[in-house]
Amino acid sequence: MASPVLVAAAGEVGKGFFHERTSESLPCQAKPDEVFCFDWARDHIDRFGTPALQHIELVVFSVLLGFVVAFALALLAHRQGWLRPPLLALTGVLYTIPSIAFFFLLLPITGLGRDTAIIVLAAYTLQIIYRNTMLGLANVPDSVKDAARGMGLTERQLLWRVELPLATPEIIAGLRIATVSTVAIATLAVFIGAGGLGTQIYGSGNLTFPTSVIIAGGIGILMAFVFDGLLLLAQRATTPWRRVRPA
Amino acid sequence: MTASHPVFASFGGAIEFIFTPQSSNVTGGQSVGGLSQTIELILKQLEVTVLALALALIIALPIGLYLGHRGKGELLAIGLGNAGRAIPELALIALVAALIGVGLVTVTPALAILGIPPILTNAYVGVRQVDRAIVDAAKGIGMSELEILRKVELPLALPIVMGGVRGATIAIVATATIAPLAGVVTLGDYIINASIYGENGRLAGAILVALLALILEFGLAALQRRLTSKGLRLKTA
Repeated sequence: MASPVLVAAAGEVGKGFFHERTSESLPCQAKPDEVFCFDWARDHIDRFGTPALQHIELVVFSVLLGFVVAFALALLAHRQGWLRPPLLALTGVLYTIPSIAFFFLLLPITGLGRDTAIIVLAAYTLQIIYRNTMLGLANVPDSVKDAARGMGLTERQLLWRVELPLATPEIIAGLRIATVSTVAIATLAVFIGAGGLGTQIYGSGNLTFPTSVIIAGGIGILMAFVFDGLLLLAQRATTPWRRVRPA
Repeated sequence: MTASHPVFASFGGAIEFIFTPQSSNVTGGQSVGGLSQTIELILKQLEVTVLALALALIIALPIGLYLGHRGKGELLAIGLGNAGRAIPELALIALVAALIGVGLVTVTPALAILGIPPILTNAYVGVRQVDRAIVDAAKGIGMSELEILRKVELPLALPIVMGGVRGATIAIVATATIAPLAGVVTLGDYIINASIYGENGRLAGAILVALLALILEFGLAALQRRLTSKGLRLKTA
């Protein structure tokens, strides 16, 4: 821990005595051949805080919304088999439409801003989460279901106590894919005025200034890996029986 | 037309923009939009998408099939697929434009980077999940390694391999929409440069990009059905 006095002194030294503000210490925006400008990064790192938080919000809200809808659809399709092909087709269409086009298709209806971005990003995750949930439910062995029925479980108990717990690894695998993809795609939310890391990539002058792009992109990639790791931990925590089995 | 709901009105304006040139207040009297410019932009988006997809296929397909066939490099094939999803498209295009330069020659490889992970992962997984007993049987009747890959593993892996190709196509065509930021003027120009094309132009761009992506997806799904061997079609239908 540095004492406040030392920090203040160091600040003075940096500013006044040794580090004269000559042309060499100007921000490297003036020098376009510079790939990464450490001076600028050090001085402007705080401007990435709010966009990063906005980005986290976009991702968390849209994946949560996507999960709730996709999970409900999967349970519905699990019970009503005839719904599977149309739901797969519908979620497939929503997955295929590029997000940036989807933003502006919704613009006349939902307007600029975060709501539109969250709806579009959530729509994108539906297919991934829906498909993985259905896959997880389909992978539950019939013998296990028979045993559960033999023990007197009702269909509802069978679903919540046997099938869904056993499908958890696939469901969370779907959530991981959806979340990581959403972190990357949410950079496009800047186009619909929803903020996020995209503001530090596609802002005034940023396109020709790689430092800001590299920092914002780096934060995005880091964020994706952190979310991925957290979900992996969640999967381990919710499926303790998988840990005792030898891999 | 009587006064309709504003939502329908804006979609109507967008459709009009696609077919008839409109006046713009920033181009100095030059009209924008209309069928000829729209077709030009569609073709540009298709061009860069097809080139990038071809490049991604040339690189990723042989590697994925080979690794799957040999049962090696799972970490590479799966790990790269997972990591690839984390690449922020906007940052990728912006970086390529800022560091390497603008134009088709730099944007094509950048888009191919987005297509490589799904193709590689699915080619690997597709070949890996082929029943080993079938492969052993193929060996037993004297097939060479290459024959096994071509005549046994690839047909059986086809639905999964094509799933990867479709995923790559969606990623590439979506990101080709922001290629105008790197000097490749695709349909995304209507969306990104709304100051030139106006609200109608932007919505027109969104409609066209969505349709283009859906047409590519349905086309590839149809191709997949045609390529899938008859014996497998019943099972996967």
